[in-house]
Amino acid sequence: MIDESTTNSEVVLEVEDLVVHYELKNETVKAVNGVSFSLTKGRSIGLVGETGAGKTTTALAIMNLVPKPPGVIKSGTIDVCGYKMLELKPKQLEKIRGKEISMIFQDPMTSLNPVIPVGDQIAESVRLHENVSASQAYDRAVEMLELVGIPGERAGEYPHQFSGGMRQRVLIAIALACNPRILIADEPTTALDVTIQAQVLNMINDLKKKFGTALIMITHDLGVVAKMCDDVAVMYAGRIVEKGTLEDVFNDTKHPYTEGLFNSLPDISKKGTDLKPIPGQIADPTRLPEGCAFAPRCRYATDACREKPPTIHQISPTHFVECTAYDDPGFHIEGWQNHG
Amino acid sequence: MTAVTQKQGQSATLASRRYKKKSGFVESWNRLKTNPGAMFGLIVLIIMVLLMIYSFLFITKDDVMAINSGNRFKPPSAQHPFGTDSMGRDLFKRTIYGTRYSLTVGFFSVAFGFIVGVFFGTIAGYFGGWVEEIIMRVSDVMASIPGMLLGMVIVAVLGPSFLNLLIAIGISNISGFVRMARASVLSVKGSEFVEAARAIGMSEIRIAFSQVLPNSISPLIVTATARIATSVLAAAGLSFIGFGVPVPLPEWGALISDGRNYLSLAPHLTLFPGIFIMLVTFACSLLGDGLRDALDPKLKQ
Repeated sequence: MIDESTTNSEVVLEVEDLVVHYELKNETVKAVNGVSFSLTKGRSIGLVGETGAGKTTTALAIMNLVPKPPGVIKSGTIDVCGYKMLELKPKQLEKIRGKEISMIFQDPMTSLNPVIPVGDQIAESVRLHENVSASQAYDRAVEMLELVGIPGERAGEYPHQFSGGMRQRVLIAIALACNPRILIADEPTTALDVTIQAQVLNMINDLKKKFGTALIMITHDLGVVAKMCDDVAVMYAGRIVEKGTLEDVFNDTKHPYTEGLFNSLPDISKKGTDLKPIPGQIADPTRLPEGCAFAPRCRYATDACREKPPTIHQISPTHFVECTAYDDPGFHIEGWQNHG
Repeated sequence: MTAVTQKQGQSATLASRRYKKKSGFVESWNRLKTNPGAMFGLIVLIIMVLLMIYSFLFITKDDVMAINSGNRFKPPSAQHPFGTDSMGRDLFKRTIYGTRYSLTVGFFSVAFGFIVGVFFGTIAGYFGGWVEEIIMRVSDVMASIPGMLLGMVIVAVLGPSFLNLLIAIGISNISGFVRMARASVLSVKGSEFVEAARAIGMSEIRIAFSQVLPNSISPLIVTATARIATSVLAAAGLSFIGFGVPVPLPEWGALISDGRNYLSLAPHLTLFPGIFIMLVTFACSLLGDGLRDALDPKLKQ
């Protein structure tokens, strides 16, 4: 299942035990609580989870862009292409952002500067990192626009003259203008309608293959993950609860939360049956429980789950699950009905 | 066959044209053209500038200073369109000569206030913290002194001359721009595109001036044009009370001050310079309003 051309052992991103809190006046929001994962060249990982699971904070921390204050990176190391992101000075960070690692934001309506023509915005990204003249940078901007399927002569137009899908493509053009090794896409299709979603996703996939960019896809849409990602990390309350290849997680689901996510997907072949949403709300990040954060919503939860932090179990060389229930070798989830 | 070559020709022109940027200036100008008030203001200001150029070329200092006692208080006539003053000098020439003072003060004092004020205001708004505290408290102190009084103090210290008048009004213009720039930067700096600019590796200072400031520039330009009007008035006012351009020189405020003594005898002495002051301030306000609409790219169709 792993495409030979994209398998390359060169690790471009290594996140180790990342902990990020937002320290507000009255309370501390524990957004990310010990996240570790790595990414090799040209591969893509999907960060999946509900709103508030810490996906975006993880992404911002990788760029070292967590707003401080109130954000505090408590511990952890982040290694982007050999650079320790959390130890660098602002000047050094500016050289890496956009050049080695780039990000597409969620809302294309607000992520472009409304008073600057799109061509200039792309050219700006080129000029920041490459020693080229203004007109060379602009030519490059026009090329990038055409690469994302927007006629080059529209480079002089302003963001409001483009539709949502086109603006998202402009953002992709900006992010890829300097051919970064890692691209973080933070819910890039959430604000778009479905037909445009498919176009944008296909385009990200094509460009990723073309440039050999590694991709971190942040989403709550399991369909997007299935289409785009080699690996999946399921996040809950700031921790990765299950991690593995797409096949591991989708066909051999281990964690009760992942199971819950799949069960809450509507299935067209089972019209008439009720959806089974996960009961309750996502754990309050200001008051995380002692034990497993998912235990209050988990139908398999035991006293052990509630009392001590969950244990990590390795199912296969690529597949990890963080769930105390697997201390009992006979435990298995009921399984979700395989989708088509 | 011809159709094919024609098509090739078309795509060739397209390809060469695609690299050209559409000028934002041209588009703004096209919108400004449709605003009659702004065009009126612009035309008045252009006429003023032309009069100023005319005065530089054809009116010597002697023309406006030479006393001719046989020719005093002549009402407007073909020979002297605005009449003559208490010393028999031609008021038309004196008024035209005076455009250089008012326009220069209006433009340069605002430009000075704008550059200094917007620079510090942007820094204060974008970076916040103690930098903001210092800048804003200094600006508060400056704002707490009435502009006219501050101008008088500065001129009194430096001595009355045209340059000192310019400096005085320029300094009194700063604090308004500081506060204005800070307020509009604050409303923009939380935008997602600022975050996006960080994500492509732009430095903070560059974000502040190349991303945030252009978004807050249109209210500043409107303020600037309005400030030109008040600066022209302030210059006239300071000259009127003797703190501006030294007396025999025909600054408009000084002309009015001079004519005030003969208000019942020769009202044209105050009327014409007054009309000129009014025209310039009115034109600036109209143009400022028009610019606000024209410079907003969100209104572009």
